[in-house]
Amino acid sequence: RAMELPPGRVPAGRVAAVAAGFVRFQRGGPARALALRALRGARAQDIKDVGHKYYLDLELEDVLDKDSTVNCTAEVLYHLGNKNIAPDVQFTLGRELKSTEEADHMFYTRIRSLEKELMAENIPDSQGHVPPELEPLHLLAWVASGYVIWQNSTENTQLQLAQIKHVKQVKRSDEYLQFDYVVLLHEMVSQEMIPWEMTVLWHPRDGVQVTRESRQPRHTSG
Amino acid sequence: DQVLRIVPESIQQVQHLQHLCSISPLDLWKPLMPEDIRAGEELHVRVPAPLLPEVKHSLDQHMISYRVLVPDVQELVDKSMPRERSNQRQGREGYNYTQYHSMKEIYQWMTEIQQNYSELVTKPLLGTTFENQPMYYLQISQPSNETKKIIWMDCGIHAREWISPAFCQWFVKEILQNYKSDPKISRFLQNLDLYVLPVLNIDGYIYSWETNRLWRKNRTPYQNGACYGTDLNRNFNASWGSIGVSSDCTSDVFCGPGPESEPETKAVAQFIRTKKSDIVCYLTIHSYGQLILTPYGSTTKPPSNNEELMQVGQKAAAALKGKYGTSYKVGPPSLILYNNSGSSRDWTHMIGIPLSYTFELRDNGTYGFLLPPSQIQPTCEETM
Repeated sequence: RAMELPPGRVPAGRVAAVAAGFVRFQRGGPARALALRALRGARAQDIKDVGHKYYLDLELEDVLDKDSTVNCTAEVLYHLGNKNIAPDVQFTLGRELKSTEEADHMFYTRIRSLEKELMAENIPDSQGHVPPELEPLHLLAWVASGYVIWQNSTENTQLQLAQIKHVKQVKRSDEYLQFDYVVLLHEMVSQEMIPWEMTVLWHPRDGVQVTRESRQPRHTSG
Repeated sequence: DQVLRIVPESIQQVQHLQHLCSISPLDLWKPLMPEDIRAGEELHVRVPAPLLPEVKHSLDQHMISYRVLVPDVQELVDKSMPRERSNQRQGREGYNYTQYHSMKEIYQWMTEIQQNYSELVTKPLLGTTFENQPMYYLQISQPSNETKKIIWMDCGIHAREWISPAFCQWFVKEILQNYKSDPKISRFLQNLDLYVLPVLNIDGYIYSWETNRLWRKNRTPYQNGACYGTDLNRNFNASWGSIGVSSDCTSDVFCGPGPESEPETKAVAQFIRTKKSDIVCYLTIHSYGQLILTPYGSTTKPPSNNEELMQVGQKAAAALKGKYGTSYKVGPPSLILYNNSGSSRDWTHMIGIPLSYTFELRDNGTYGFLLPPSQIQPTCEETM
């Protein structure tokens, strides 16, 4: 099975990461984050004067339930020229995802009932651990990072969420939950760890929104 | 955290309890599985502290009565167990291979391993790091009249890739614990010597434990301490400095001021040069990405024995997948990852070592460098 794209094309894994990030953002929440399990096939197409299009055959898995996999076909179009436009992504999932309504509702009520605004650091910690009660915040960050990755990817970069450095809940007068994150994104090609701020809004009815995302300067190695 | 005792009185209550278990991180102590919850049978469940109010509220709403069996789980745990770290013994039985270990613990482990298996194992000194840490490797060699060919494996060239040194330790343990009983391993050792360097970038590894978990390079200072570290896997003399590197010392792919400028690189390169006619296979272990990388990273021109390299690599990927279904891709980085120059794998192949591979272990980016310790065992087992 021809897996690799012809020389001159970008590695398929890079494109798959963007597609997976987009799907994760569209379909995720504090009780569901889809991750890339395997890339089954990839095909490239040059569209004259428009850009490079990739057709991908992906297998995704639910981070909370590794046995639960879902097939996904995706198309990613990187636009020629302007590097500031996010790639176009379209996808189809092979099946319906099971509802997370109950878990979402539980998380929502829990956070709304907190007296003090929730705050946490280093998720996962150095040893790779995430305390169970912080898992929904971890998933939310994964989902939101899908948006950031999609918006900021080019054919020469491959971004992944490496760690949540800091997250703070911001109480709002409306019905949304707001979390301000500082995360580290790992850029594979340069191997850099890039601090990134993101403001994430969520409501069980609405899905995840990233209302603000901003790349931060790295402090020089020391 | 508290442990609650509940005796469900009806099917509805059973169903609600099963439902609660499936949507929140409750720890069912009795029965073990939610499917085994029965009306009229006692249920014990540990509820994490932050979830207590809402779980109790939910039970009240469904008129499920409960009793608090253990009001403070942590108190009970502290009373019954000595502190985890002080219980660490480094003997054959005591070392925990499903946990990440500090450099100090790894040094102790190497000493113990050499002592416990002294009929096979020596612990020669390869060189020293910038910060003067000794670089030991383990030589596993069954005494024999003939010189044997060598397989070299190094781990931890990049500080943050903790699963890599964990794998080297696991590998050594598996070989030594099973060489007498496992015919495959025993035949292996009859014909081959294994040289394993558990941590190549010791300074960087220590730094990732003490200061910056996501550090990558070594710790050589540049520009009077304005910046630190060379990417050791860009520092070998293989098209050094040509592509996929930076000449900026703040970059994570800074290739150093020259090829083999770093003491760690030099130590490894000097040794491999002297032994190169006997080394048949060079393996260097990294994470993450689930890849088996063949030469080269600096050019798409294939190596002379590309077919052989790909064939062996594909076989390895298939065997790996057979264990837990984890899929690895095989090929040169120039095609499946990114261009880079100065890598150890490229250099060893260029000086004549036929089978040179970089393994990028789990995962695909979900946890990346912060791979949970629960994945150490499956990762190591499948890679084995």
